[in-house]
Amino acid sequence: MNAMFRISGAGRLSQAKTASFSFDDKSYTGIEGDTLASALLANGVHLVGRSFKYHRPRGVLSAGAEEPNALVQIVRDDARKTPNVRATVQELYDGLTAHSQNRWPSLSFDVGAVNDIASPLFSAGFYYKTFMWPKSAWKSLYEPKIRAAAGLGVSPGKPDPDHYAARYAHCEVLVLGGGAAGIAAALAAAEAGVRVILADEQAEFGGSLRFESGARIDGQDGYAWAQAAIAKLKAMDNVRVLSRTTAFGYYAQNFVGLVERVSDHLKNPGRELARERLWQVRAGRVVIATGAIERHMVFANNDRPGVMLASAARTYLNHYGVAVGRNVGVYTANDSAYAAAIDLKKAGVNIAAIVDLRDNPAGPAIDEARALGIEINFGRAVVSAGGKLRVSSMTVQPKNGGGGRTIPVDAILMSAGWTPSVHLFSQSRGKVAFNDETKRFVPGTYAQDCVSVGACNGTDGLDAAVDEAYAAGAKAAKEASGKAGKGAKPKVDAGESWSRGMLGAAPGAGPGTTVKAFVDFQNDVTAKDIRQAVHEGMHSIEHVKRFTTNGMATDQGKTSNMHGLAIAAEELGKPIPQVGLTTFRAPYTPVTFGSIVGHARGALFDPTRRTATHGWAASQGAVFEDVGHWKRAWYFPKAGEDMHAAVNRECVTVRKVAGLFDASTLGKIEVVGPDAAKFMELLYTNPWEKLETGRCRYGIMLREDGFIYDDGVVGRLAPDRFHVTTTTGGAPRVMNHMEDYLQTEFPHLNVWLTSITEQWAVIAVQGPKSREIIAPLVEGIDMSDEAMPHMSVREGKICGVPTRLFRMSFTGERGFEVNVPADYGEAVWEALWAEGQKHGATAYGTETMHVLRAEKGYIIVGQDTDGTVTPNDAGLDWAVGKKKTDFVGIRGLTRPDLVAKGRKQLVGLKTKDPKVVLEEGAQIVADPKQPIPMKMIGHVTSSYWSENCGRSIALALVAGGRDRMGQTLYVPMPNGTIEVEVTGMVFVDEKGERLNG
Amino acid sequence: MLLIRCPYCEEERPELEFRNAGEAHIARPTNIAAETDDDFEKFFFIRANPKGVIYERWRHIHGCARFFNAVRDTVTDKFVMTYKAGEPKPAKLPGAAK
Repeated sequence: MNAMFRISGAGRLSQAKTASFSFDDKSYTGIEGDTLASALLANGVHLVGRSFKYHRPRGVLSAGAEEPNALVQIVRDDARKTPNVRATVQELYDGLTAHSQNRWPSLSFDVGAVNDIASPLFSAGFYYKTFMWPKSAWKSLYEPKIRAAAGLGVSPGKPDPDHYAARYAHCEVLVLGGGAAGIAAALAAAEAGVRVILADEQAEFGGSLRFESGARIDGQDGYAWAQAAIAKLKAMDNVRVLSRTTAFGYYAQNFVGLVERVSDHLKNPGRELARERLWQVRAGRVVIATGAIERHMVFANNDRPGVMLASAARTYLNHYGVAVGRNVGVYTANDSAYAAAIDLKKAGVNIAAIVDLRDNPAGPAIDEARALGIEINFGRAVVSAGGKLRVSSMTVQPKNGGGGRTIPVDAILMSAGWTPSVHLFSQSRGKVAFNDETKRFVPGTYAQDCVSVGACNGTDGLDAAVDEAYAAGAKAAKEASGKAGKGAKPKVDAGESWSRGMLGAAPGAGPGTTVKAFVDFQNDVTAKDIRQAVHEGMHSIEHVKRFTTNGMATDQGKTSNMHGLAIAAEELGKPIPQVGLTTFRAPYTPVTFGSIVGHARGALFDPTRRTATHGWAASQGAVFEDVGHWKRAWYFPKAGEDMHAAVNRECVTVRKVAGLFDASTLGKIEVVGPDAAKFMELLYTNPWEKLETGRCRYGIMLREDGFIYDDGVVGRLAPDRFHVTTTTGGAPRVMNHMEDYLQTEFPHLNVWLTSITEQWAVIAVQGPKSREIIAPLVEGIDMSDEAMPHMSVREGKICGVPTRLFRMSFTGERGFEVNVPADYGEAVWEALWAEGQKHGATAYGTETMHVLRAEKGYIIVGQDTDGTVTPNDAGLDWAVGKKKTDFVGIRGLTRPDLVAKGRKQLVGLKTKDPKVVLEEGAQIVADPKQPIPMKMIGHVTSSYWSENCGRSIALALVAGGRDRMGQTLYVPMPNGTIEVEVTGMVFVDEKGERLNG
Repeated sequence: MLLIRCPYCEEERPELEFRNAGEAHIARPTNIAAETDDDFEKFFFIRANPKGVIYERWRHIHGCARFFNAVRDTVTDKFVMTYKAGEPKPAKLPGAAK
């Protein structure tokens, strides 16, 4: 069954292949190859949406990516509801379901249209002026209401189930745009044998050849030539041809982002196909062949459904075989609309009249129209369109005023001229130049290795465009590779050429008028709004744009920018180039987040690092926490235990018996070489030259400003070899910091730095029974207190594999850290666990590790310090080598502020009520009765319930803290003030006897 | 994404492989402990932040891991040239003063 407005014999689609679809729950039939827009028009449906601000009825304006009006929601299922799809781009598939947007309760009766009647209230800058006060109303009232009223389309309620692919590609020549010029350029470059990528946003190549009915190239119809040329290019190994692919962004050094729509046009895409594919292309040369976009005429009610661009009507006829009306009026200021009138007339559509603003134009198109008997009115203007849900008439007047008449029509085709698509050129940071003769901006100064050809370069005529493009394609290939082709340039036998036209408001919508003559359809900006913005003091086009939102919708002002600029320039009394053009920014057309994100979501969003014992810990029911990229065992609950109970048990067991802890995530760096000790002297505050082989030392690393940067235990394995440990989170930056100094400040030192974090698994065995647990498994190491005192390191074997066995403690108990090659980590852990079981040892996680170290006042860099804490502030002055003459941070430490009195110092806090556990980050005051805002003298950095102490414990940074021992301070909280006493930082075993216990 | 030429690898590689490391040609004083407050302030805190040509350090962190120096134009974002760490500030830039 043929739709009402499908014309048999017209267009290129096979009428046999039908596809049914629904729009607003009504079923229609289209043809495969249709866009949603052409299929709707074939069924006589022009009304497809409501406008953003005034909720005015809107129809299809264009036949391409520039569409500002025909935005619909495409629904596949609950998770696939894509809003703001341009019906002119969406290809039809059988079963397609679309809904109109921004209307309630229905498209033909929309309550929001009251905004149109009340439009004097909603003039330019309305939001800025109206919703100013009261301030509190913004969040609760204005913003939610505005968002609800202004949103276009509905977000899907479920996560996006589709997947999105990504590719990097390289080529010598990238051609953007697959019209006649782009194809010619690609042919020339391809013949030189270089790698060529040709991309076009449409499903079919050909660009304006889709509608230019008389074009003939190489002896055949223009569109047929394009298809043959594409087939030839596709057959070449050095060419990649991408249809449905939009170049959306042009970045530095010929890096271009393309989005390929892989499956949005398919009925059943299937799981194996990506929805979209992001191409990131690095090109030697880029040929921009993006064509030109027709402009509408700016007159009263130029937004009525049925009023559209002349070239769009011609595309619907010549490509899709659809007449946009039966009695069509034409309003133009240049020749190109005549071709649309002629084609429609020949297809049997009545042309009510052509209204031409020009006084006495002449040319073959005008002669042909006249010969076909079409009424032509020169020097006249359409001052208003009649009708509401569909245009019903046009009122024509002499352009200088005078009596008018009203002509009944069911469509109006407009053409104010053509705007070169300089978006990508402009994104490449090229500077556009205004051609005063043709009144258009064209590429001027280039910033990158690219060239614009054809209509986007302001080159008029098919013949000239193909010539220019072919030469540019050959030149680009030659420049990028030195190769030259040997093909033949396509010969244009017949083609059209138009230029000129008009910019700005048409007669009847000029200064002093208040009619709704739309400049920007998508954001509902009228000519009056732009003039008002100028009157209210917006003299820069950037200000006019932001005040009126002209060109700021998702269509990026493709049809509106030049009109808006011309109206502003006229109002300012300045020539257009002096007012300037706003900046074009990526993306050229909207890009989905999915295509940008690609596979990087869910589990693939970020890498996950797991230690060698991860599987064992998981099998024991460990709860994990994220520490940087690491998954670390947080605690090991037994049946019936909550976190508190598990941590309390782990804490007590470690001090009573022993515990095993996976410390593998600590950063480890091997510092090796004849100057290793000298290097350590410079990078750490401590002295290292005299540290004996086999001994360890706690080291502090500063930045040059004197603040603590990292810390860790360092073992000297040999005179020229140090095993350095860092904090878990600090490992990469400490490595970078060390490399920086070694390479750039101390390059004379003969030292190698190697990250060994991943190479060694580290099993901490801590507690009074730790030696008894390890000793049976160790070979070649005397673990007695005499042979291996606290803070020493030995190399030997454990369970038959190599080990670096450290005697060190982050719990205050006798303790060891067993380093083994990571591949043996799990096996050695299980052997140690089996030994530990004999004594009743526990496995413990990071929470217990934190509590145990806080009981001993051992700091964690990044928790108890924050980048403004010196060793002295942290009570670690003893670790700064007083006799040293240089180390990183030595000068910073003597800065006036760092030696001033009253600095915040790390101290312990005990709550007066031992059961109250402070909140980390809570602020501390000296006098709780002072008025708000209170003077805060510090904050809590660490706070835990300590089962071993039978009370809460905390560490805090407090101004002049060490002079406040025994003082009572206060921690004001929302539900009451907590009294605390300032204490030392050590809560368990102040003398340190348990290290050998 | 910019392409940056690593003077050690002697090829252009994508920006993702590199990390900026601040202004170049600021040498750490050999006797830093004896610096005055003013001199230390200049050395550690004060940076040029020019509009136009900047000399800065980059590290080919996901490549050879070497630090090197680069000349970049902060207006166009273009790299004028790169050279090895320790080499003097180039007396003349390529393309300058034709």
